Amino acid sequence: MYDYTDFDREFVNTRVQEFRGQVARRLDGSMTEDEFKPLRLMNGLYLQLHAYMLRVAIPYGTLNSGQMRQLAMIADKWDKGYGHFTTRQNIQYNWPKLMDVPDMLQALADVSMHAIQTSGNTIRNVTADHFAGAAADEIEDPRPTAELVRQWSTDHPEFQFLPRKFKVAVTGSSNDRAVVKAHDIGLRMVRDAAGAPGYEVIVGGGLGRTPMIGKVLRDYLPKADLLPYLEAVMQVYNLHGRRDNKYKARLKILVHEESLEVMQSRVAEVFERIRDDFVVPQDLIDHIETGFQPPAYKTADIAPVLDGALRSFIDTNTVAHKNPDYAIVTISLKGIGETPGDATSDQMRVMADLAEKYGHDELRISHEQNVVLPHVHRGDLPAVFAALKDAGLATANIGLISDIIACPGMDYCALATARSIPVAQQISTAFADIDAQRDIGPLKIKISGCINACGHHHVGHIGILGLDRAGVENYQITLGGDGTETATIGERAGPGFAYDEIVPAVERLIKAYLDLRTDPEETFLEAYRRVGMGPFKVALYPEKQERANAA
Amino acid sequence: MAKAFKPQIVTANDLLLGDVIYLTAEGGWTRDHANAQVAQNAEQAEAMLATAAAQQLKIVGPYLAEAAFDANGTPGPVHFREAFRTRGPSNYSHGKQAEAAEA
Repeated sequence: MYDYTDFDREFVNTRVQEFRGQVARRLDGSMTEDEFKPLRLMNGLYLQLHAYMLRVAIPYGTLNSGQMRQLAMIADKWDKGYGHFTTRQNIQYNWPKLMDVPDMLQALADVSMHAIQTSGNTIRNVTADHFAGAAADEIEDPRPTAELVRQWSTDHPEFQFLPRKFKVAVTGSSNDRAVVKAHDIGLRMVRDAAGAPGYEVIVGGGLGRTPMIGKVLRDYLPKADLLPYLEAVMQVYNLHGRRDNKYKARLKILVHEESLEVMQSRVAEVFERIRDDFVVPQDLIDHIETGFQPPAYKTADIAPVLDGALRSFIDTNTVAHKNPDYAIVTISLKGIGETPGDATSDQMRVMADLAEKYGHDELRISHEQNVVLPHVHRGDLPAVFAALKDAGLATANIGLISDIIACPGMDYCALATARSIPVAQQISTAFADIDAQRDIGPLKIKISGCINACGHHHVGHIGILGLDRAGVENYQITLGGDGTETATIGERAGPGFAYDEIVPAVERLIKAYLDLRTDPEETFLEAYRRVGMGPFKVALYPEKQERANAA
Repeated sequence: MAKAFKPQIVTANDLLLGDVIYLTAEGGWTRDHANAQVAQNAEQAEAMLATAAAQQLKIVGPYLAEAAFDANGTPGPVHFREAFRTRGPSNYSHGKQAEAAEA
């Protein structure tokens, strides 16, 4: 865990005091809403449909038990006893009152957390592989890189007013669990011919209105060159990125309109110029790396697993750890019929206790809106499972059809054009039987309540986009999206479905898949790639088929 | 031909609490859509919006939204977004629907 320095502590505390003053000036009338709004957004405070919303950064998704307990305390004291974990590894509180927000920020600062740059046209919370430091397949823990980027980008004077928001993700492994190709900058750890770790630098990815898969700007960047290279990319974007049209202001549009080659030569020119001035002090790097040392692994007996429910949980919710005696446990925040990503304060405390007792005091938030215990000794899995079961957190559905990503949609978000959460709840309920879910196999459904795509629908195997069509909620389906190292933007299936038609449409898709798969091992995505849109379109629009047959 | 005017209310969020409020005929604010003042023409709507916009110390983001009268003559929302704003989220009984249940 990164340990705040005196500088970090003073910085976040000063920001809290500054914001307290800004709130006071807004309330006494010395500041207008137009003046206050950019300041509150810089501190993560939005005004949504029914209330304010505070978005808190969980840098690279990493928390310790003390921080998780503090998040629970904040939920109880100033909100409605729960929090919503997001696709950007943040937590959102949906019901804060303006006058309480400075106290909430102070409570965060007390445990080395903040809400800085979780909004606005700045470099946002840096995200990372949620299995970082534990995954068996990783080259190096990506979190020291992410922390370095966080420090460089936080309050960076040149990049507070970019053409648009800017998102950076880091993965330490060739298996991409951080969707790096859908970020403005994606960093993927690779090795050079001599085996030295460095980065493949991917730019211009993004979802939203104009979804694009990122392009490789540089196939190998030595680690020491990271900050001057990122600074060069940002300078080029800040100077050349479009400011005339907010829908064309993201880096992906610049790369697309001016070509990758132009971007490469501009970045190379700036990089050469600034590189020598950009020395990161070794003691800073050492301090960061000290915070991400592997835990002191224990050795203990591992009893054979005889219980069926535990076996099912282990099969579905754990993956291989770099230490074979350990497992990475994913706690599903997707209970059947529940709101994806929500956890009550009691559940947060249970997860904190488990991390402290069995998980070397570490927790992660995944972009798939689940919570991860990255280091659990296999001998402790029965105890962890039992505690999760008591807290209603043992749903064994990770990677299955009910493990749905959904943005808050029009139940909360002021930008949304339709609801997402109840669609996710209804799909989850329609496929409640876990054995049936396991038979369907790996399947990622991702739902966004507007074109901004916070629910990553473009990269869902089944993507659902909620729109407002002439004053009525309408849902478009995309198929074949993929958010991993083989990233693909899904293809739109056809006309949208009404609110009460969308779940039956998904049921027809699943039935079509089960009918056409070659064997139970062929996943939905593999089947889609083999047969294409055709059979799924027939399933989605049977009435069209009937009309064609009748003609 | 000019587009026919449709009845409108002024809605905003409360500055302190952030919850949904509606402008009343007295120039104050109500949390109940049924008690909102309804503009019957464009001039009245603009005047109401100006009244709201002058109350920066109480409210945030005032705007006009279409309203319709039910059989009892009570104004209600037209668009589904505005209907959600009169209730709260659909996943929990929070917001106005919870307050109504408690009242």
